[in-house]
Amino acid sequence: MHIAVLSGKGGTGKTFVSVNLAAVAPKAFYIDCDVEEPNGYLFFKPENIIEEKITVKLPVVDSELCTGCRKCVDFCAFNALAYIGGKVKIFDEVCHSCGGCKLVCPEKAIAEKDSVIGSVERGQSENVNVNTGILNAGEASGIPIIKNLLQNIKNTENQLNIVDCPPGSACIVMESIKDADYCILVAEPTIFGLHNLKMVYELVRLFSKPCGVVLNKCSKAENPTEEFCIKENIEILCKIPFTKMLGIENSNAHIIVRKNAKYNELFTSLLDKVCKEVQHEAVTGT
Amino acid sequence: MKQLLVLSGKGGTGKTTFVSAFIKLAAAGAYADCDVDAPNLHLLMGQGPHPEETDYYGMPKALIDSKLCIGCNKCRAFCRFDAIVAQDGYKVDGFACEGCGVCVAVCPVGAVKMQPAVAGKLKLYRDSQKIFSTAQLKMGSGTSGKLVTEVKKAMNKKAQRVDLAILDGSPGIGCPVIASLSGVDFVLIVAEPTISGISDMKRIIQTAKIMQIPLAVAINKYDTNLEKSEEIETFCHEETLPFVGTVPFDNMAVQAINSGNTIVDIDCSSGRAVQKVYENLIKIL
Repeated sequence: MHIAVLSGKGGTGKTFVSVNLAAVAPKAFYIDCDVEEPNGYLFFKPENIIEEKITVKLPVVDSELCTGCRKCVDFCAFNALAYIGGKVKIFDEVCHSCGGCKLVCPEKAIAEKDSVIGSVERGQSENVNVNTGILNAGEASGIPIIKNLLQNIKNTENQLNIVDCPPGSACIVMESIKDADYCILVAEPTIFGLHNLKMVYELVRLFSKPCGVVLNKCSKAENPTEEFCIKENIEILCKIPFTKMLGIENSNAHIIVRKNAKYNELFTSLLDKVCKEVQHEAVTGT
Repeated sequence: MKQLLVLSGKGGTGKTTFVSAFIKLAAAGAYADCDVDAPNLHLLMGQGPHPEETDYYGMPKALIDSKLCIGCNKCRAFCRFDAIVAQDGYKVDGFACEGCGVCVAVCPVGAVKMQPAVAGKLKLYRDSQKIFSTAQLKMGSGTSGKLVTEVKKAMNKKAQRVDLAILDGSPGIGCPVIASLSGVDFVLIVAEPTISGISDMKRIIQTAKIMQIPLAVAINKYDTNLEKSEEIETFCHEETLPFVGTVPFDNMAVQAINSGNTIVDIDCSSGRAVQKVYENLIKIL
């Protein structure tokens, strides 16, 4: 089963929740889809890492064959090609690798080359198989890396997959939750956190995904996020307190469930709850 | 007009908190929220009259005419984005479609057309003192980089006589961040003293360097992990990056934000510290 952890706003504790959920399970796959800023591996420090380079296809023009008809330039919806000084110039950064230019060239003057945009690293940390997507700096889109990550993970009933999503609510988040059986929304008690929670809540509803909220960084002060959940009848899965100890452990990238019995219990019961929800969904089919 | 952009790599380090304070301190005449995926600056700075709203059209989306479709599967075979679904005939998954038009080109019977699609909303707040440009990307949409460019354009068009414009960025290092970096004069990185925060800070610095934009670093919540804060300062020193100060963790900051204020609107330790950061920054800008 795929459990996606998302938040809209950055820094609410997606990685904290995902890492500890995976660590508390008897056996789990942790998949870090926040390929622009992956952090889970910093906690897990996986061993026996196998790296796979992720490539996209970029066009190359054979100027001997090119007759300057500009069909490719006219076709490209992303303005990634231009005809300058009697030659086709390609702007790799804006190319979406759709293959259209190669397709429309009547002279077969366009071929494609593989270009590396990042990598996927797979390794083991105790009971957790750690899968990390890493986008190279300067590259625009990590979606091909997320696709690779998720395509190589089996979605069976007996396998637990925890998907750590990127922030926001754009295409890259959607790609990460597409196959999810359940979405955990991590929210913090600020008006920023609330505003962004509303957005991801809308997103998961758009995809008809069952979901629940983890309220992170809770203190004695007012919690606008909690009020919203109660009003909208969104299930609150658990509340995690804001404590200095947790802050320090987390900032040093320690996995709290591996060293603290209280938090081990908290995350075990969170995982139980979510697994039961998924099984319930599977039975009722709603 | 000089443009200052605030970025962080990691989310939740305090970009919007810093930006809103800077806007107040500078009495900035122009500012923008480039975090179109999850905008928040308007929650603090969007007071006053209702904004002017314009639909933002992203890339067009393909549409298959089921009456003309002969089910040859060519569109599905050629689509690199898995955007054609074969289920009760052939349909386009509007979220996956990137608008390249390959399906239109390969369809032998002309059953596929490209249709314009609204992918978000641009919002412009304007009065005699300020221009504030922001936007909201539609759920699950792509092309957020293009929308960021539109947000900046909308601000620039109306703010020619302004000395300093302040821009709030988005987390990450990908397409919206690259779009926000393009054409700005200076970047402030708000770092956080955590192992994750440091890793993300290094990646955003690398990205800004590729784009050859000068930058400085400040640390937020520096006292939550003094050891990691020192590590950041040392890193800046080694890399000869200007370091413009630290801001402490402050419960009052959350209270200020939750009541719709900036941290310099009330008297608090984080507000005083951010003012020093601002003064240091202005000196090198």
